[in-house]
Amino acid sequence: MKRFSFSNFMLWAGFAFIYLPMLILVIYSFNGSRLVTVWGGWSIKWYVGLLDNTQLMSSVMRSLEIACYTAIAAVALGTMAAFVLTRVTRFKGRTLFGGLVTAPLVMPEVITGLSLLLLFVAMAQLIGWPAERGIMTIWIAHTTFCSAYVAVVVSSRLRELDLSIEEAAMDLGAKPWKVFFLITIPMIAPSLAAGAMMSFALSLDDLVLASFVSGPGSTTLPMEVFSAVRLGVKPEINAVASLILLSVSFATFLVWFFAHRAEEKRKKALQEAMDETTGVHQQDGPDNRRDPSQVHA
Amino acid sequence: MNISRSISRRMPKGRHLVIGVPFLWLFLFFLLPFIIVMKISFAEADVAIPPYTEVFSWVDNTFTLIVNLSNYIFLSEDALYLAAYLGSLKIAAISTLLCLLIGFPMAYAIARADKAKQMVLLLLIMMPTWTAILIRVYAWMGILSNNGLLNSFLMWLGVISDPLQILNTNLAVYIGIVYSYLPFMVLPLFANLVKHDQSLLEAAADLGSSTYNSFWRITVPLAKGGIITGCMLVFIPVVGEFVIPELLGGPETLMIGKVLWQEFFNNRDWPVASALAVVMLAILIIPIILFNRHQAKEMEGRP
Repeated sequence: MKRFSFSNFMLWAGFAFIYLPMLILVIYSFNGSRLVTVWGGWSIKWYVGLLDNTQLMSSVMRSLEIACYTAIAAVALGTMAAFVLTRVTRFKGRTLFGGLVTAPLVMPEVITGLSLLLLFVAMAQLIGWPAERGIMTIWIAHTTFCSAYVAVVVSSRLRELDLSIEEAAMDLGAKPWKVFFLITIPMIAPSLAAGAMMSFALSLDDLVLASFVSGPGSTTLPMEVFSAVRLGVKPEINAVASLILLSVSFATFLVWFFAHRAEEKRKKALQEAMDETTGVHQQDGPDNRRDPSQVHA
Repeated sequence: MNISRSISRRMPKGRHLVIGVPFLWLFLFFLLPFIIVMKISFAEADVAIPPYTEVFSWVDNTFTLIVNLSNYIFLSEDALYLAAYLGSLKIAAISTLLCLLIGFPMAYAIARADKAKQMVLLLLIMMPTWTAILIRVYAWMGILSNNGLLNSFLMWLGVISDPLQILNTNLAVYIGIVYSYLPFMVLPLFANLVKHDQSLLEAAADLGSSTYNSFWRITVPLAKGGIITGCMLVFIPVVGEFVIPELLGGPETLMIGKVLWQEFFNNRDWPVASALAVVMLAILIIPIILFNRHQAKEMEGRP
C-alpha cells in the first residue's frame, strides 16, 4: 500500500513529465520526413547533413573551447569562494562576500548579461580592454555565474569533511597551502569534478549571457540554435538538439559514475583504516574485524 | 615562538589571496557592472558608439553631471512596461506555486526512498538542469504546436475535433517554465526533507495525530528553509526569463525579460534597457536578499 502513495505517484509522473519531451525530441530527430510532424521512417540523414554545415561546426568548436576554459576557471574560483565561506569565519565584508557568491545563482540572466556588456563597453572606452568582444568576454561572463554553482557544490562537501585530519596535518607542521593541496583537495576531488562538469554544461548551454557579451564573429552554438529555432521546428535542429542532449547526459552520467565510485572507494578505505586502528588499539588480535581488510589487501 | 606560530596559523599568508581573488573577481564582474547599469539608466539614447550620452564628463576642468530621469518617466508613462512587470510577477508567482505543488511530493518521495535508490533518483532530477534550457523548451515547441504530437494524440483519442491553440499562449509558457525549473525546486526541498527526523512523525502518530495533521504541523514547518530556497530559485530567475516566453509565448505574453531584450537588441535603446534592469532589480532585491540569507546559512553549515 505504501508503494503507491501519492508522493511516489507524483515522483514517477514528474519523471515522465521531465523525460518524455526529451525522448520524443530524440526519436523525431531520426525522422526521415522533412515535415517534422509526419513520421517518414527512420533515417540519420539530418545527422550526416550537420557535418557539412561548417558555420554550425565552427560554433560547436567555439562553444566547446569556451566551456573548457570556463570549467577550469570556475572550479578554481568557486573552490576558493567555498573555502572562504566554510573556513574563514571572520573577516571584513564577509556578508557582502557571501551575497556576491550566491546572488549569481538567482540573478536573471538578462540583467547579468546587460550589466556585463555595459561594463565591457565602459572598460574598452576607459582602458582600451577588451578591444573586441568574443571568446574572452563570454568566458568571463560564464566563469562568473558558474563559479557560484561550483561554490555551492564544493561548500556542501567542505562542510562534511572531518576537520581533524586537516588540523592534524597543521599540528604536524604542514603549511596551510600544503594541507590544502595534499589533504583538502584530494578529499573534495569528487565535488570538484562535479563542479567542473556542471560549469562545462552550463557554459555550453548558455544563450542569454553569450548573446549580450559576444561580438561579431563569435557566435556560440546556443546562439546558432536559437536563431534557427525562432523560425520554427526543423529536422536539422532536432538532430543538433538530440546530439547536445545525448552528449551532455552521457558526460553527466560518466562523471557521476566515476565520482560515485571514487567516493565509495574512499569510504571503504577509511572504514578499513578505522577498523584496523581500533583492532590494534583494542589488542583483540586478528579478530573478524580485520579479516575484510586483509582480503582486500 | 608558540605565539608566533599561533598567529601565523590564524593569519596564513595565503589567506588574503584566497579571499582576495574571488572577492575581486566578483566585485569587478558582478557588482561593478550594476553600478554601470545604474549610471547608464540616467543617460540618453544617442546615435553613436556606444549608443548613449555621457552622464558625467570632465571637460576644461569642470565636472558636469547630467542626471536624466527621462528613462524612468518614460517607463512609468507607457502602460506596456507596467503590464510587462506585472505579467512577469504573475507568471513567476503562479509557476513557482505549481513547481512547489509538483516538486514537494517528488522531493518527499525521494527523501523517503532507500539510500541506494536515492542517488539514482537524484541524478535523474539533476540531469536535466545540466542540459540546455533552450533545447528542452524547443522539445515542447514540437509537442505543443497545432499539428504537434499533443494535438494529434488528443484528436486520435477523439477528445477534441479541432487542434487546440496551445503554443504561443500563456499556457505553453507555464508548461515550459514548470518543466525547466522543476529540478531547482526539487533539489533544495530534498536536501531539507532528507534531514528530517522520522521519529518526530512517529511520536506524533503515537500521540494520535493524523498523517494530514502531522504533515502540516511538523513536516511543512521543518521544511521552511528548503521551501524558501526552492521558491526563490524558481521565482527570481523566472521574473527575468527570456527564452521561454520568446519561444513558447505569444503576443499576449508580456514578460519583462523579453521587453528588455527587445529594447536592447531591436531598438538599440541601451539607456531604457538599463532603466528596465534597474527597476527589475529593485523589485527583486528583497527576494534576492531573502535567498542569500538562507543560502549563506546553508553554505556555512549554520543551523
